[in-house]
Order: sequence, then structure tokens, then C-alpha cells
Amino acid sequence: MESYVYIALFAPLVSSLFAALFAQKPKVQLVGIATSILIGAALVASVILLLDIEETGKAVSVNLMDWIVVGDLDTKFGFTVDQVTVIMMTVVTLISTVVHVYSNYYMESDKSFNRFFSYLSAFVFSMMILVMSDNFLGLFIGWEGVGVCSWLLIGFWYHKKDETRDVNPSISPSWAANEAFIMNRIADLGMLVGIFLIYWNLGTLKYTEVFAHIGDLSHAMLVGIGIALFIGAMGKSAQFPLHTWLADAMEGPTPVSALIHAATMVTAGVYLVIRANPLYSQIPEVGYGIAVLGTFVAIFAASMALVNRDLKRVIAYSTLSQLGYMFAAAGLGAYWVALFHLAAHAAFKALLFIGAGNVMHAMHDELDMFKMGGLKKVMGWTFLYMGIGSLALSGIYPFAGFFSKDTILEVAFNEHTYGIWFVLWLTAGLTAFYSFRQVFLVFFGDERYHEIGAHPHEAKPYALWAMAPLAIAAVTVGFFKEDFVEFVTKFLPEYEMSEHTEHMVVILTIITTLVALTGIVVAYLKYAKGLKRDLEFEQNNKIYKLLYNQYYIPVIYDRVFAKPYKELSDIAWKEIDMQVVDASVDGIAKFVEKSGDASRKAQNGNLSSYLNWMAAGLVFITVIAAIAVAVQ
Amino acid sequence: MTDLTTQYLILSAILFSIGLAGVLRRKNLLMLFFATEIMLNATNVAFAAISVHLGDLSGQMFALFIIAVAASEVAVGLGLLILIYKKYGTLDLDNLSIMKG
Repeated sequence: MESYVYIALFAPLVSSLFAALFAQKPKVQLVGIATSILIGAALVASVILLLDIEETGKAVSVNLMDWIVVGDLDTKFGFTVDQVTVIMMTVVTLISTVVHVYSNYYMESDKSFNRFFSYLSAFVFSMMILVMSDNFLGLFIGWEGVGVCSWLLIGFWYHKKDETRDVNPSISPSWAANEAFIMNRIADLGMLVGIFLIYWNLGTLKYTEVFAHIGDLSHAMLVGIGIALFIGAMGKSAQFPLHTWLADAMEGPTPVSALIHAATMVTAGVYLVIRANPLYSQIPEVGYGIAVLGTFVAIFAASMALVNRDLKRVIAYSTLSQLGYMFAAAGLGAYWVALFHLAAHAAFKALLFIGAGNVMHAMHDELDMFKMGGLKKVMGWTFLYMGIGSLALSGIYPFAGFFSKDTILEVAFNEHTYGIWFVLWLTAGLTAFYSFRQVFLVFFGDERYHEIGAHPHEAKPYALWAMAPLAIAAVTVGFFKEDFVEFVTKFLPEYEMSEHTEHMVVILTIITTLVALTGIVVAYLKYAKGLKRDLEFEQNNKIYKLLYNQYYIPVIYDRVFAKPYKELSDIAWKEIDMQVVDASVDGIAKFVEKSGDASRKAQNGNLSSYLNWMAAGLVFITVIAAIAVAVQ
Repeated sequence: MTDLTTQYLILSAILFSIGLAGVLRRKNLLMLFFATEIMLNATNVAFAAISVHLGDLSGQMFALFIIAVAASEVAVGLGLLILIYKKYGTLDLDNLSIMKG
């Protein structure tokens, strides 16, 4: 089995390096095919591992080599594949394979085709390290690796003009890439502090050893570690207040959004909380805080998605919102529920994004949904896929989202946190509304795209085929819930609903479905028959403007953090760097140059004067020596 | 220190000063050589005097070495001087300043 672990881990690396060989060259179709096959091999290896672990119930561990052996610190490059890891691996490699194949279509006319595949595979490799590592240090390496790849891929079209938010509301890729990276760095500091605290107190970073002794620590220390690690998770998973980068990350190519900013990387934070469940089980108050924050983000992001007109941003906000759901579940102690929602969400959210990619291609990169409409006729398959994705996202039976989201709501109810339950319930309605607002705006109603002169066309057949596994997953994953629970609870703590909740399940399910259906019906009534814009409402309604401008948070961040920081940097540059640091360095150089210039004249080529100088020097040294002797 | 040794040392100092003055003031390269020889011999006198004073033969041996070295130095130096004179037609130091910084 160990060789499969290596295949799953290193096939993406080989793939990335292979593509990198052609990075500077014009498009080589072989690169796209070879990388897809290699990532596919990682998928096959992951599935084999999944089946094996299901059969034996034992984790597969490998030790690659000693990594850091300094004094007491002894960290190995070790990987372990247990139930949680193998689920993550399967999800990551499945979405990656689909996205790689799809990218052959999406990036077919991009001049940096080869470079794109190199980055994409490098991302998969980093993500595999993140999920497979058996210690916190390896996790952190993968954590940073996905951050770098995310930066590379968001800024993939770095040549687009760099404009700040004041100039252009749809900002430039390089700006967005930097924003994402810097936001993540802020959070990574928290993560590092958490890792340091663990090492400081326990002297090891290996999961098994850490979690075996976690109970020995004082409660305050556990709370500290839990909060520090969660700050790291907040950055990667774009939780409030570090959420703004995710929507801006949509400037990257759409397959990137599907893979990184919907299905895999952003779920790393959730994975961390699930992985550290023995820690968070000890500190339920922090877990409750996580759940409350997740719930807040769920409705907060959903509210922004209600009014946004940008196709990809709506899906980005819904990703944020669903991440909130996952944190709510994980925070309340239902770790397997969070993992289940993570897996199901990965499938249907990647499907939605890839569908959005098809629409973008058809609309010549136009993203404003108000300029689309009626695409159902020309893009039947894409409509079907996005319809499935939206139904799954809205939580309609029998799609995947129904099972996972409903379980989260049941958990919230079971924990007697009715506030959380209510907000999540409301969010479910909003989710259904904005998902179908999007579907109806894009695929139904009048054909507004004629106004911008677009000639939409359906994607190529192999791109549509590539989406099929995701669609199948989005439809069927829910039916494997029982198997899933049995599989992962061998590793994760079980979560039992109380009898009271068991009685209520049917009623809860019905009212949740009702609110989702209401959302869909409202969206249908408002948008399906064509777009009737109320310009006065859009311009004057305060709530609409608040939501449309993302609660003005990007602007506030800009004013409160970015601008003062820039001014401070200006001062540091002009006053401190130029006046003090640069000036002193320049001064030394100038002094040497000037004194050299002055003493150069002494070297006049006349032996006689040299001898005079020599004699003078001799006298000088003798005098000094004499004085020194006299003083002694 | 006996009177005689002191007198020899004074003689040595006077000779050294004369040589040093010659080195500093003379402009002719040949004269510079002479001045250097005077300085060397001033040290020889001092060596010999102190050697006798201390009853140690090392000083006198050293003086002999210096005489041998000075002889070979003059042999090489004079050869060079002849070549310089042939090349530039002068031995005046003020006219021989060809290596300027």
C-alpha cells in the first residue's frame, strides 16, 4: 500500500515538473494531456487507498526521511493516510483531475498554457502534503505551498493592468493575488504561534503524540493553542474578518476558482479543525465561538451574494457561506458532519464554477449576469450541470447538499443552539434564492446578450464529459451518507443525536426544504420571466447599496489599514530610509571616495617626496612609541 | 655604559643623521645610494660598539652580514642606475617621476 501513498503524493509533483519544462514555450498539447493523466494516477492511487482502508480499517504510514533533527527537535518527513486523510485525498484528486481535463478546454487559446498546468499540478502536490502529513510542520509546509500556488494562479494573468479598488471595482489579478497572499500571511502568524505553543509544551509535532498528551496541558494553554490554530484556519478558509480576498481571488482563471477557491484549498481550515478534533473537544467554548463565527459568516456571505451581479463572485460568496456551515458543524463537535459537507460541497461547488467557466467562455469573459439571459437554448448541458449544482447547493432532495446541510441544521438543533439553527435555516433560504437567481438570470428570460454582441456557444464535448463525474457525485453522494459515517467515525468521534432530535428530524427536514423551496420560488417569480431592473431602488436603497458594496468592508480595510500603512511606509521610506539608513551608507562611501581623492595627490611619482613621507611616518611612529613607553 | 661606547653610539647617530639628510635632500639617485651606504655603516658602527660592550659576538657577525648585503645591493643598484641613465639620460629624481597616482 505504501507505494500507492507515494504515487498519490508524487504524481502531481512529477506532473508539475514535467509541465515546468515547457513553461516558456508556446502551447504544447502533450503537457495538458500528460498532467491530466498523472493527476488521474494520483486519483486512482487515492481510491485504492480508500478501498484498502475501508477493508482493513488501519491507517497507512510511511516515513520518507528524517527532516529536522536538531537537539530535542526530531521531525520526520512522515505521511500517514487515515480515514480523514483518504477522504480528503480522494476529494482533492477527483476535483483536480476534472479541473485538469477541463483546463485543456478552458485554457486552449492561452499563450501560457504550459505554465498554467505546472502551477495547477504544483498546487495539487502542496495540497496532498497538507492533508497527508503526519505532523504539524508538514501540514504547515503544505499550507504555505498551497498559498504560494494560489498566489501564482490568482495572478496568472498578471499582465492585466494593475488598478486599485478606487479606479476599477473589478480589480486586477496581481492586486488580488497579493491581497490573498498578504491576508493569508496575517493568519499564518496565528497558525505558527499555535504550532510553537504545541511544540513548546509537548516537545513534539506529530499528530498522534500531540493528541495523546493534549489532556496534560492546562485549560488556558489549550484555549490559546485552539484560538491560534483557528486564526490560521480563518485565513485559509476566508472567515470574517479575513474574508475579502476570496471574492477578489475570482480574478484568476475559472478552473483555478473551481479547484482552489471552492473545492480544496479553502477547506484546509476546516480540515485543520477536523484534524485537531481531540484539541477542540477539550475546549467546547472555543468550539462554540467557532460555530458562532461560522454561522455569522454563513449569513453574512449569503447576504452579499443576494445582490451581486458578477457570476463568479456570487459563487465565491456562496463558498464563503458554505465554509461557514462547515465551521458551524465542526465547532459544535460534529466533525464528521463537517467533513461530509466538505466533500459534498467540493463536488457541487466545483461543478458550479466549471459551469460558470463555460458561460464565461460563451459570453467572451463577460461576467455581469444582467447582460446574459436565455442561455438555456444554446447551452443545454451547461444549464443542466449548473442546475444540478444549484439544486445541490440549495439542499433539495435527493442532491448531495440536502443530506449534508440538513445534518448540520440537525446538529445545531440538537445542541440547543437555536440561534445558530435559526440563522443557518434562514441562510439555507437565502442560498436557494441566490443560487436560482443566478440560474434564472443566466439561463432564463430575455436574451440580453444580443446587446453586447455576444454569440454564445456550448463548450466542447470533452469539457462537458469532464464535468460528468462531478454532476454524478453531486447527485449521488448523499446516498452514501451511512457508509461515510461508518467509515470516518472509526477515526473521528461519533456524534449521536438525542432522542428529542430524532423525533424532530422529519419536521426539521420539512421546514428546511420549505425555506429552500421558497427561495427558489421567489427567485423564479422575480427573475425567470426576464429582468426588470428597478434603477431607483438600486441607487437609493440603503440596504441594497450596503450589500452591493460588500458592507463597505473592502473600502474600510483600504482606509483603515492599507492607506495609513502606505503613508507610514512613505514616511519610513522618505524620512527614515532615505535620510538615515541610505544617508549614512552614502556618507561612508563618500568619505572614502573624498579621502582617497585627496590622498591621491601624494602619489606624485617623485621618489624623493616618497622618501620624505616615509621618514615623516617613521618619526611619527617613533614618537608615538616613545609616548606609549613614557606613559607606561 | 662606558664613555667609549657612548661616544661610538653618538658617532653612529651622527653618521645616520647625515645619511638620512642625504636621502631626504639629495636629488641625484647616485647620491641617494651613497647616503644609504652611510646609514648602513652607521648601524654597523652601532652594532660593533654594542657587541663589544655586551661581550657578545652576534652584533659583529651581523655587521659583517650587512657589509656583504650592502656590497651586493650596490652591485645590483649601480647596474640599474647605468640602465636608467642610458634610458633617460638623467639621474635627477625630479625628472624621473613616471609613476603617478
